[in-house]
Amino acid sequence: MTTTFDLGALFRRFGLLIAIAVLVFGLALLSPQFLAVQNVLNLLLQATVNAIIAAGMTLVILTAGIDLSVGSVLALTAVITADVLQAGVPVVLAVVIGLGAGAVTGLVNGLLITLGRIPPFIATLGMMTLARGLALSYAQGRPITGLPDRFLLVGTSSMLGIPTPIWITAVVYGAGMFVLRRTVLGRYIYAIGNSSRAARFTGIPVRSATVAVYVISGALAALAGMILTARLNSAQPIMGLQYELNAIAAVVVGGAALSGGEGGLGGTFLGALLMAIIANAINILNISPFVAQVLQGSVILAALLLHGLSRRNQ
Amino acid sequence: MQYSLKMQGIHKHFPGVHALDDVSFDVEAGSVHALVGENGAGKSTLMKLISGSLVPDEGSIEVFGEAVRFRSPAEAQHHGISMIHQELTVVPERSVASNIFLGREPRALGGLFIDYRALNTQAKALLDRLDVRVDPTVPISELSIAQQQMVEVAKALSYNARVIIMDEPTSSLTERETATLFRIIRDLRADGITVIYISHRLEEIFEISDRVTVLRDGRTIRTDATADLDEDTIVSSMVGRTIDTIFPKREVEIGETILHVDGLSGNGFRDVSFSLRKGEILGISGLVGAGRSEMVRGLMGIDPVDGGSIDLFGQPVTTPRVAGMMRRGFAFVPEDRKEEALFLGMSVRDNLVVSLLSRLFRSGLIQYGRLGEVTAQYIDKLRIQTPSQGQLIRNLSGGNQQKVIIARCLALKPSVLILDEPTRGIDVGAKAEIHTIIGDLAAQGVGIIMISSELPEILGVSDRIVVMKEGRVAAQLDRTEATQDLIMQKAATGGGS
Repeated sequence: MTTTFDLGALFRRFGLLIAIAVLVFGLALLSPQFLAVQNVLNLLLQATVNAIIAAGMTLVILTAGIDLSVGSVLALTAVITADVLQAGVPVVLAVVIGLGAGAVTGLVNGLLITLGRIPPFIATLGMMTLARGLALSYAQGRPITGLPDRFLLVGTSSMLGIPTPIWITAVVYGAGMFVLRRTVLGRYIYAIGNSSRAARFTGIPVRSATVAVYVISGALAALAGMILTARLNSAQPIMGLQYELNAIAAVVVGGAALSGGEGGLGGTFLGALLMAIIANAINILNISPFVAQVLQGSVILAALLLHGLSRRNQ
Repeated sequence: MQYSLKMQGIHKHFPGVHALDDVSFDVEAGSVHALVGENGAGKSTLMKLISGSLVPDEGSIEVFGEAVRFRSPAEAQHHGISMIHQELTVVPERSVASNIFLGREPRALGGLFIDYRALNTQAKALLDRLDVRVDPTVPISELSIAQQQMVEVAKALSYNARVIIMDEPTSSLTERETATLFRIIRDLRADGITVIYISHRLEEIFEISDRVTVLRDGRTIRTDATADLDEDTIVSSMVGRTIDTIFPKREVEIGETILHVDGLSGNGFRDVSFSLRKGEILGISGLVGAGRSEMVRGLMGIDPVDGGSIDLFGQPVTTPRVAGMMRRGFAFVPEDRKEEALFLGMSVRDNLVVSLLSRLFRSGLIQYGRLGEVTAQYIDKLRIQTPSQGQLIRNLSGGNQQKVIIARCLALKPSVLILDEPTRGIDVGAKAEIHTIIGDLAAQGVGIIMISSELPEILGVSDRIVVMKEGRVAAQLDRTEATQDLIMQKAATGGGS
């Protein structure tokens, strides 16, 4: 509104960036190896799985929804992909099957929410349990290991010295930002999150747009699962536990409102980065794993408090 | 002369609005004092100051000679001021007696339990005083609106009210019920209780009030003994102009029938039939809850319809859906701007073009250049006051927000435009502009359906008026035969249905 210098607005816009800069500066002082190229790449690599899930979660949360099923969907699609790979299906086709399976779980979520009129929290909570159960039954509780080398390249190869998962994440975020900013669907996503009632009154296809974000979220959870599987050379039905919570944390730390309509992928990426930096710092500084969770929780709450305070000054 | 209420130099500002501008309001003790004015004249704001819901920015309030400054309705009640709202505030499932003494029930056994016997006896005494024959033990939801209103009066008396404010108490009462209410008001006056009576119905004011205060645009225009006034004087004081100049009705050539609705039924409306012609403005009038909004929502395909037919340009429309209706040439400005129309966290541009996106960009990819052009065109055309296209719409005034919503509809180039209460809660200037826009559209051959609860607006703008009552069409009136009285009569008592 005003043209005068507004500290609150500056902080809203760049607060997270400033917080990350301060943290990086402090860590660089504490440990010289923190800013080493290898550590930075490692840190980014560690951020990729959460960042990709959080990208889909961002779209869902922008519509004022939530997707609690992503961790289980990651496990289910990972064991399916690993299984078809072991059965000799070509890598590209196996990847398509895995992504398709993720999209189908998203489709079911979307239909339960739109046609079944089940609140997103409950619908995806059900899917969370269902997909986990399917993953466990499908793999009979055991990890599936020993995958073709060509598939492992998804997680282990590099291009121009940068690990492939980081490239994949960059593509996901580039495409996601394009969808949100330059497509009709993007406008619809924000509009639905702002007021789904007004969206209905203005002729926006609320149902299909809502289904679309859950499909995207499911497919991205599957993509994240493939990266994880390729890096571990193993798909486990119990992997991805609580990943939904990490993703939600990245989204809200990134400035999105759980009430929808507010936020974006840039913020989510910084949120995921901040969480990876903290995990990395805990590692480098040899902090006890018990204290680690205290630190992680405190940082998330501090980020949200700052966000809330700066908004109140609006 | 003793005054129960003396207000001097009252000012009240809301963001962008000077709602009360140096208002003075004196009420003689034991009188019935009418307060009249158009919607938005400041009546409710003034009453909220008296009843403690709002605090004035400037000015003094005296109650029976004591300077007061209420910070809550409870404080006002403590000083003997009670307000009966137009929309009654009862707890439907509780008994009449419980509603009267809500939160102040007589206690038994050291305050742990409610003493129902005492509760009912005390309620009965109050109702008897008003000569209202209602069993205090029945749930209040079983009472008619009129009876509920009597209970509200009893409740006011239970607070030992010395001043009772009634806001449009007869808006949903029949003639007989109104007569009973007036009898009660006269009894109250005989007991020395002051009644401040707000109403649009001038004949009631002449029947019941001793003095009248007219408010217009937040100022006191006059206060006089009712006996010294006549209807014309009050009306011209209220509007400050003659009705024709506020609603400049344009002579438009009315063309062929474009829309035909036959027997449309759904949740809240039954068997609604009407037609609409090119260039025609069809007003829809009726009391709140008459099913007007429900009917147009059904017509637009927002709510389901379960019977009837819609013919547009001779083509039947089966199972309407919003997006499809918009493609066929319908556009809709909903009643509740905030909940049903605005995306508050989005820009003026995004709000303006939202319905147009799918039509403009078949590929799904947005070209911002095009959007900017369209937005600029309508900001210019409707003279929308905004610092930029990117401004968040929540920062605009109500009138400009409404213009953005209308622009959203115009961008669709509709052949039928439906507006539900298009000028509710917006200031007089923007209101006149919106009327001009509606007139221009009709002149261009758009068929217009406008719901309004404001009778002068309906009478000033419409070519034809459909009056709805309890979900059905009670009457269809031509512009030449329609009067406020006739519409109210049809809306309240129905056309023989």
